[in-house]
Amino acid sequence: MKEIKLVSLVGSFAENKDIARDIRLTKIIPTIEKNQGVILNFEKIEGATQSFMHALISDVIRKYGAEVLDKIVFKNCNETVRKIIDIVAEYMQES
Amino acid sequence: MKVYLPNSAFLGNIDPFLRKIDLSNPDTLEITANKKWISIHPVVLAMVAAIGLGVKPSRIKCEKLEAKSRHYLQRMGLFKVIGIKSNMVIVEHEPAGRFIPLTRITNSQELTRCITEMIPLLHLEPRQADSIKYVVSELVRNVLEHAQSEKGAMVAAQYYKKSNTIRIGIVDIGVGVKKTINNAYPAKTHLEAIQLALTPGVTGTTQRIGGTEYNAGAGLFFIKSIAQINREFFMIYSGNAMYKLLKSSSKKKHITLHGDPFLERHSKGEDYPFWRGTVVGVDISLSRTAEFAELLDLIRKVYIETIQERKKERYRKPRFI
Repeated sequence: MKEIKLVSLVGSFAENKDIARDIRLTKIIPTIEKNQGVILNFEKIEGATQSFMHALISDVIRKYGAEVLDKIVFKNCNETVRKIIDIVAEYMQES
Repeated sequence: MKVYLPNSAFLGNIDPFLRKIDLSNPDTLEITANKKWISIHPVVLAMVAAIGLGVKPSRIKCEKLEAKSRHYLQRMGLFKVIGIKSNMVIVEHEPAGRFIPLTRITNSQELTRCITEMIPLLHLEPRQADSIKYVVSELVRNVLEHAQSEKGAMVAAQYYKKSNTIRIGIVDIGVGVKKTINNAYPAKTHLEAIQLALTPGVTGTTQRIGGTEYNAGAGLFFIKSIAQINREFFMIYSGNAMYKLLKSSSKKKHITLHGDPFLERHSKGEDYPFWRGTVVGVDISLSRTAEFAELLDLIRKVYIETIQERKKERYRKPRFI
């Protein structure tokens, strides 16, 4: 599993969608393409916006289907971050 | 253009101020004010600053302000932003704990800096800061991504001790909500476009449910919901239309969120002076701030239900003969 420590890339409040997109395109998708798992480590991230999370994972779910969530692990998420991830994962599977 | 700063203009009573703005002759700006007292929401200041930015300073005329509270305009940076001299001499105190002066944000880096700096400026506890950071980030990103505003977004915020609220204004002179929504939906009026923009899952970038890889159409719905759960005001004004979420009674134990903003307790109109761009004002109570995580549970439920309903609307129906 490839671990991506997000705080050094996005700061303690994850809101920058451009960075989220870069992480998805340059780190998450290439790893999934290699059929490897990804650990997204949210340690020291205090909050996140829905827009950030959407830019980070929505297209991965759309492209590879909900099964891709078996290959992604969200680590060290506080309650807020966890709920934002839940919202995005849920509406992407509903759509 | 002519702007009269009244003795009071907050989201609850902002309508007369909006109706009185004269946005004709965009090459000139005349600012007048109540002689005794000026007490205005940061969104009002952000509006004046946003239109002032498009006018040469030599063509801005500001009458000599007499109101006792006139220094507030200076402290919030209005004259500096629009490039005119106020002739007021004041001793500037540290802004910490009270307000975020008028700040122009034109790119992602400036937004990140603003969000990082705003929390110590407003002296917020981390628990209270979540919703404020959330609101500013999502609203300003909307401007940067969709508004095509040459001058970016104008942001201001103020803490009000008496009501223990943070009041935020975010304004742009861009293309407005209707033009953005019309990229994907045929909204005929500015009010219809605002209604769509506040509906979960509607984005101007695509009709596809779930949005694009970059936009989900959730930002404004989340922000309206944050204000609503905190029983505070939220206002959006674009083109000739204004929608205002009204405060819900504190006697009501539970807040019910709806996907359709017109089902909420609100006021609206489509006979306002034409605002080229978008104005958003939002109040957030620090006393009643629900835990952000709890708030997300409510938002999630309504968001998913609305998406499911929208999906059902597209189902093909069997034909019976």
